[in-house]
Amino acid sequence: MPLQRTLADLGPHEEGKIQAVIGTDTLAQRLAEIGFTPGQTVRMIRFAPFGDPIQIRLRGFHIALRRGEAQRILLQPA
Amino acid sequence: MSAVAPAAPSSSDTSSASSRTARQRYTVVVVGNPNTGKTTLFNALTGLTQHTGNYPGVTVESALGEFTVEGTRFLAVDLPGTYSLSPRAPDEMIAVGILLGQTSTTKPDVVLCVLDATNLDRNLYLLTQVLELGCPVVVALTMTDLAHKQGIAIDIPALERLLGVPVVPVQANRRIGVPALKQALARAVGTAAAPPPVPFPETFSREVSTLAEALTHDNGHPPLPRFLAVRLLIDAGGPIEHAFTEKYGATGTALLHAARARLAATGIFLPQLEVESRYRWISEVVAKTVHQPPLTPTWSDTIDHIVTHKFWGLVIFLGIMALTFQSIFSWAVPVMDAIDTLFQSLGRYTAGVLPAGPVQSLVVDGVIGGVGAVIVFVPQIAVLFGLIAILEDSGYMARAAFLMDRVMATFGLSGRSFIPLLSSFACAVPGIMATRTIEDRRDRLTTILIAPLMSCSARLPVYVLFISAFIPAQTVWGIIGLQGATLFALYLLGLLLAPLVALTLKQTLFRGEPVPFLLELPPFKIPAWRVVLFRMYDRSWAFIRRAGTIILATTVLIWALSYYPHQKQIAEAYRALRAAAPPEEQERLHIEEAGARLRESFLGQAGRAIAPLVQPLGWDWKIGMAVLASFPAREVVIAALGTIYNLGNGQDEGSVELRAAMRAERWPDGRPVYTPAVALSLMVFFALCCQCGATLATIKRETDSWGYVALTFFYMTSLAYLSALAVYQIGSRLTGS
Repeated sequence: MPLQRTLADLGPHEEGKIQAVIGTDTLAQRLAEIGFTPGQTVRMIRFAPFGDPIQIRLRGFHIALRRGEAQRILLQPA
Repeated sequence: MSAVAPAAPSSSDTSSASSRTARQRYTVVVVGNPNTGKTTLFNALTGLTQHTGNYPGVTVESALGEFTVEGTRFLAVDLPGTYSLSPRAPDEMIAVGILLGQTSTTKPDVVLCVLDATNLDRNLYLLTQVLELGCPVVVALTMTDLAHKQGIAIDIPALERLLGVPVVPVQANRRIGVPALKQALARAVGTAAAPPPVPFPETFSREVSTLAEALTHDNGHPPLPRFLAVRLLIDAGGPIEHAFTEKYGATGTALLHAARARLAATGIFLPQLEVESRYRWISEVVAKTVHQPPLTPTWSDTIDHIVTHKFWGLVIFLGIMALTFQSIFSWAVPVMDAIDTLFQSLGRYTAGVLPAGPVQSLVVDGVIGGVGAVIVFVPQIAVLFGLIAILEDSGYMARAAFLMDRVMATFGLSGRSFIPLLSSFACAVPGIMATRTIEDRRDRLTTILIAPLMSCSARLPVYVLFISAFIPAQTVWGIIGLQGATLFALYLLGLLLAPLVALTLKQTLFRGEPVPFLLELPPFKIPAWRVVLFRMYDRSWAFIRRAGTIILATTVLIWALSYYPHQKQIAEAYRALRAAAPPEEQERLHIEEAGARLRESFLGQAGRAIAPLVQPLGWDWKIGMAVLASFPAREVVIAALGTIYNLGNGQDEGSVELRAAMRAERWPDGRPVYTPAVALSLMVFFALCCQCGATLATIKRETDSWGYVALTFFYMTSLAYLSALAVYQIGSRLTGS
């Protein structure tokens, strides 16, 4: 079985639906509070010039996160 | 004062009630997400009464201001922007403490929650928590003009009904809606708090009540606010739990763990439960009150596409950084020179008016010199903060951090540290002040501690003097000028050591869980000139008020050390010499007398005392003394050397006489004091040493701790000493001098 897709796997302009945020630590809680909740659509806008961080559209606003952080956000299978 | 005051606070709260009647002042605490225009609104509410100060009972600085509406006086407190009230860091804990009235005697009379109309669902998350604090709440809806442009329509009366609190639309940068907001705040004081609107499962609410009651009855503790009981259950391992464990001990911990276990047994997964319950309620509210058309690309998206482009984005970034650097490195200089000239003429004028003696010397060299040393930083601070305000308010600052994050992450910092460090190449003082944009405390402190390693503009004259005097003007391999290469190497030195220091700090003192980067990229907008001008004024004034006193005190102290003890023999000997000398000799004798006095002062004695310490660096006692004199401000070393070598204190880095005097200096055995190895060891020392009272004063102001001041001073001075030692010991052996 292939590993599940995460937010970090999206290419520019690709969209996905959130399945879950992994973990119970500060990062997981912060991500959820800011609106990364199951069922939400996320869109990869672009990668920064050095490939990291990445720019995401969520709930109509734009937010940058590092790839390591984006890997904590599981997407529903396409 | 008008006697018309809204309903009195509850009678159980007697101590605060009496202080309130005495002051007739109510407290409004302003909270909101970052990038909601909260600070602009705060400025619009409080105007120029705003200042940074300590909230009663709290050592962390926050913005405070006052306003009066219909005879009711308000003290307004601006808390840092946050996405939630679940505290994860000590600073956030303080914010929660202020909101619950636990860190001071009074709970806020009203909480003003600022919501961005274009991002209502995410902003409402914070509001749902604010509504559980048990305070009257007023909502200010900002960015309504932008929302209107995007075709977003919000049914405000329906929103007020669902939230249970007044909602006032505002456009803070144009002052629209501000009077209505003030009236809403005045009306809210003394009213009962609205019931918390978000429904939680019955099992969870029961556990909260049980925990709160059990802990209150235990040992007669004051009642545990329901808000804290909720956070205690949810935020496992957070600062609230730490504080709680200390306060309630093993019994409390056992109660808490049992409650969590019971909830887990019913299949409730706590952090998720909170977030999902809140967002479920929010989506219902948004569905009933917000009409949102499908997103269409905006001009902001187009700008974003260009400024974050792999090639053009970096070109634009470099251009903007060059502009920022240029503005503080050279455009502020004419103003600084004018200030310098002004204070020098003022000093000369005063010297002519006051009779010669200790009072004249104190006023001219101590006070006027000291005040000048403070004011001279203001142009750089004002210019840099004007630019930073433009970059921040337009939305570009977030993009700069986005572009640079990968580079900064290699040594444990984030993209937010870039601009403060770049600014420090011109001057560490505005650079350190610019670290306020770094949200994470450990990142911010690391940036503050390495900022003074960047080669600032005050080091340049010192480099120029020693390079032109002692580094041969020859080329290596036909192309590389030795003098230019030396200058470049000195700039590189700090730049290369700073990442190493940052990494060391991140692995020792500031070790901990990595902070989420999570950087919001707000839509671009035209910066508001009020915001820009206010920022320039506010930062300059804050520097003068808080760092200025320390700088002035240091200057007076160094003046005293170089003036006393006042040797009578020297004065009398020179009075006799002057009486016998022709008029053209008078000036030279005055300068010689100043040199003789300085060499015999406390500072001169200290120079001789540390001679054994600086000899391994290749320095004699006169150099040691000049270096000591330049600890408050490194560029002073040139004037100090001028005085020590009997040339007067008017020497600059281009002075031919000073170069000649240095080349002529000999050890008692006839060897020249200054060799290229000595010059290099001196320059390396100046490149790395913390010889800047203003920087230390600014660190004190920004960190509110003498500990970090001491740390900066000692680590930089040690680094400078050891590096200078290595350079001299290796260099003198290589050159055989």
